[in-house]
Amino acid sequence: MIPLSSYLILGAILFAISIAGIFINRKNVIVLLMCIELMLLAVNINFIAFSHFLGDTAGQVFVFFILTVAAAEAAIGLAILVVVFRNRQTINVSELNTMKG
Amino acid sequence: MMTLEMLNLSIAMPEMFLLALACTVLVVDVYLKDSQRNVTYMLSQLGLIITLILISQQTPQNNEWTRELAFNGLFVNDLLATVLKYAVVLLVAIVFVYSRRYLQDRNIFKGEFYVLGLFGLLGMMVMISANHFLSMYLGLELLSLSLYAMVAFDRENPNAAEAAMKYFVLGAIASGMLLYGMSMVYGMTGSLNIVEVAVALDQMEGDNIVLIFGLVFMVIGISFKLGAVPFHMWIPDVYHGSPTTVTSYIATAPKVAGFAMVIRLLAESMGSFQADWQGMMIILAVLSMAVGNVIAIAQTNLKRLLAYSTISHVGFIMLGLLAGNQEGYSAAMFYTLTYTLMSLGGFGIIILLTRKGFEADNINDLKGLNQRSPWFAFIMLIVVFSMAGVPPTVGFWAKLAVLKAVVNIDMLWLALVAVFFSIIGIFYYLRIIKLMYFDDAEDKSEINCTRDMQIALSANGLSVLMLGLYPAALMSICIAAFS
Repeated sequence: MIPLSSYLILGAILFAISIAGIFINRKNVIVLLMCIELMLLAVNINFIAFSHFLGDTAGQVFVFFILTVAAAEAAIGLAILVVVFRNRQTINVSELNTMKG
Repeated sequence: MMTLEMLNLSIAMPEMFLLALACTVLVVDVYLKDSQRNVTYMLSQLGLIITLILISQQTPQNNEWTRELAFNGLFVNDLLATVLKYAVVLLVAIVFVYSRRYLQDRNIFKGEFYVLGLFGLLGMMVMISANHFLSMYLGLELLSLSLYAMVAFDRENPNAAEAAMKYFVLGAIASGMLLYGMSMVYGMTGSLNIVEVAVALDQMEGDNIVLIFGLVFMVIGISFKLGAVPFHMWIPDVYHGSPTTVTSYIATAPKVAGFAMVIRLLAESMGSFQADWQGMMIILAVLSMAVGNVIAIAQTNLKRLLAYSTISHVGFIMLGLLAGNQEGYSAAMFYTLTYTLMSLGGFGIIILLTRKGFEADNINDLKGLNQRSPWFAFIMLIVVFSMAGVPPTVGFWAKLAVLKAVVNIDMLWLALVAVFFSIIGIFYYLRIIKLMYFDDAEDKSEINCTRDMQIALSANGLSVLMLGLYPAALMSICIAAFS
């Protein structure tokens, strides 16, 4: 039997990787979208682990909703990405800095 | 066993109607030619009026408010929810009035704006009535996803696209943080229902490190959404980059929903950890007031200036919230409701000054407004005075109520800090007034605007003044909402 803490540590590591990925990455916006997905998946691992060890299904239901919302979010994120690319012919994160002040 | 009575659908009537309305507008708009786009607009406005009527039907008999639950405890209706729903629906309706001519001038008078606006409104109403982490999250995402799309919907505008990308990434991080916090609270309490979480936390003894972690993540997520320093990076860019009508949408109604989120998640469910989140909120509030007011001085773009002013006002709202008692919450609610009204007026004036091919978002575009239109200069004067907190406008009473709440929990120093930073803030508000009244207009063209917008904007400005002269009625509603 794998203890609860192992699942939580896995979730925390994935969460930390995704946050680090968002802040370290200066090149490609698509990597940002992937990091956001990873972040939500880390949360899902937490929810499922707790749900299993508590013997309560509400957490698993929540995960289904998070997965659905994540899909919608990815769709909107990619749509915005297309708009950005059409306007600037680049999706480089470090070039997204025309507004200052 | 699930029965229909447990669903108690009738108390969610406004939301269900709004959902049907948004879907109807979406479908009807597909069959319209570009020249008939006014039908979409009229249909949305009519629907919003019916939504308001439906909300007013929710008033209980003998005016005895109780917490009514629906959808098996996922959804709650109380006085707080009803008042905030009135506010968001009204704000969105006025934003729609302001936006029509602006959108027409820029060839973006499309159904999308109204459909997304209505779905966002639905999200806000669900957030306001959320009694469960799941409904809170779904409402928040419905709002956020609509907002991301609204920011980007002027597809030819590179600044809007950039703003949308930044908003999307930071908003998604905020949702992730909030969810991570929720998952920890769920694990420790075994429930996702806000009331059950509160009960479980009350019975818990001693420090629980996982719970504190969860709380921290939830506070970070909430402050991202509200735009408190140091999680404010998206606000100036999004306000600046998006079309001004979208800015006026983002700057008003979602703040009310954000306030409801703080009340439901922190005050109602994490009430027994009040001492812990109070400390974090003090830091957020002081930083927001400092950064917002100081950086606003250096701004030349009017929309950016109002963005930093928003950040400082969020700091003030947090002052009320961190007091953590009825007085503090009602002061914060009063502040939120009146601030959104002022903010709406400010962006209304910017929209008023725009015309085809001209954005009027530079601070110098306000020069000599008094010569061009004394009436609207006066409206802007009221709005700006109110933001600065000058009596007899409502902004003064809002600031006073919040400061009183802070002083009453023996944090005099915090009140003094707040007063200090709002005095710094007066500097840039007065600069706007100087430009309007004491400088000559560079651009003497006539202000053309539709009759409905003139009426709405005048009513908006005058209501800021009237609420300032008679603040008691709204104040007593805010106090009743938390008793």
